[in-house]
Amino acid sequence: MAIDTKKCVGCSDCVVACQTENNIPHGYTRDWISETVEGMYPNLALEIRSERCNHCEDTPCVRTCPTGSSHVIEGGIVKVTHEECIGCGACIESCPYDARYFHPEGYVDKCTFCDHRVKNGQNPACVSVCPTHCMYFGDLDDANSEISKVIAKSKVKVLAPEAGTKPQIFYLV
Amino acid sequence: MREELITSGRMNPGIDPVLHGWHWPIPFYLFVGGLAAGLLFFAAYKVLSGKEKDFPTAVMIGPFVALAAIVIGLIALIYDLHHPLYAWQLFTTIRIESPMSWGAWTLMIVSIVNALWIFTYLKNIFPNFNLKKNFLRKVVSFFIEEKQSDGKLNWDWKYKIIRDFESFSITNKKAIAWVMIILSIILGVYTGILLSAFNARPLWNSALLGPLFLTSGLSTGAAMLMILSKTHLEKITFSKIDVLLIIIELFFITHMFMGYLAGSQVKAEAAHYFMGGEFTVTFWINVIILGLIVPLILETMELLHVKTPVIIPGLLILWGGMMFRFIMVDAGQVIRYLY
Repeated sequence: MAIDTKKCVGCSDCVVACQTENNIPHGYTRDWISETVEGMYPNLALEIRSERCNHCEDTPCVRTCPTGSSHVIEGGIVKVTHEECIGCGACIESCPYDARYFHPEGYVDKCTFCDHRVKNGQNPACVSVCPTHCMYFGDLDDANSEISKVIAKSKVKVLAPEAGTKPQIFYLV
Repeated sequence: MREELITSGRMNPGIDPVLHGWHWPIPFYLFVGGLAAGLLFFAAYKVLSGKEKDFPTAVMIGPFVALAAIVIGLIALIYDLHHPLYAWQLFTTIRIESPMSWGAWTLMIVSIVNALWIFTYLKNIFPNFNLKKNFLRKVVSFFIEEKQSDGKLNWDWKYKIIRDFESFSITNKKAIAWVMIILSIILGVYTGILLSAFNARPLWNSALLGPLFLTSGLSTGAAMLMILSKTHLEKITFSKIDVLLIIIELFFITHMFMGYLAGSQVKAEAAHYFMGGEFTVTFWINVIILGLIVPLILETMELLHVKTPVIIPGLLILWGGMMFRFIMVDAGQVIRYLY
């Protein structure tokens, strides 16, 4: 996934779309908006980002899971098998992005990139609802996909690369 | 100047405003787990070094306390799970890369060996069978029968298979002790590795945490034995061991902070939480002064023949060991990567 921080206005539509699409219990959220303000007045720089699980290539959450409930499906999406999760919280502690939470029903829940929609050729709910079209979703392994082209021609960054997880959400800056 | 805000109102319970996914059961378990590791280590060590007769508390009473500690710790761990009825899922798989999987299996094997150890010494610990006529007696009588006292023992196992198993484990005492000493070291190190495996938490991600938690666990074990033992020899031996362990612990803690301060920016910031930041007072007073320095001074005084009641340094070491784990777990969750 790629997100254009210059186009994002921080409307939180993606947050609401996700909560609706995935039946997120009240008071919980799988994605969120962050604002970073840098500099001293009057020289300020503002960056708005829609954040969620980074579906990292090197997944500490999968590594630390004691039951094998956290896993990576074909294509690179990180998922949790609810029936195998004991709710120990090891994956929550291991995530540098705090992208996971305890579902009230006991298991650990997180962004799935709406894999049920992706299977049918649709975009994740957050991507398709974005009013400024600031989000791109697709196959990073395919050099001809829209997302690969967008990333290739723009300046991109990832969050906390020093945590060493090789995050797969790229922010255009 | 840099300001970071989550504006969509993310308030996931357990995650925001600062991560607090692990509550008191985890550090409490790390404490009793370390304590059990220490007690089992000394029990096995004293058998292996052939001093079984001189250290009855370490060899016989210690493992009893250890098993109780493990059981209480396990209850705390299961209480902490958000899906406790699924806990059996831990034992359907072995995941080499997950410290928690290691821990679950180690704990299971340790408690079996620990129970076997107690079984081996049961006749030495309870030579007289004189329970009142109640429900407990009925349950016990199912396995054992009274016999004419031969001056030492007035009961024996009812079934031959138990007697055979008992003599088998008594003849293989040394082998069991070897297994136990290795398992106790794994248990002690694992309580630290559990935290240090999380590279998302800068404070925990230090390789020194394994040996430090092991030393601290051994030190709390020695302190417990110091309190429980009745002979002067045992008290003075574990006092000496504790002095050595406290010095090693101080050495490890110094090196841990040196490592943080010389590390990347997040690690240096983690160290500052303990040097002027919000954990400074709790950490230095409870862990360093009350938990390490004061008992070190009291025990040195005792070794120099100044009379000090042994219970004071003993309890202080236990307190320090527990506070150390509570502070590390809490602080580790507060300190995070910023982006």
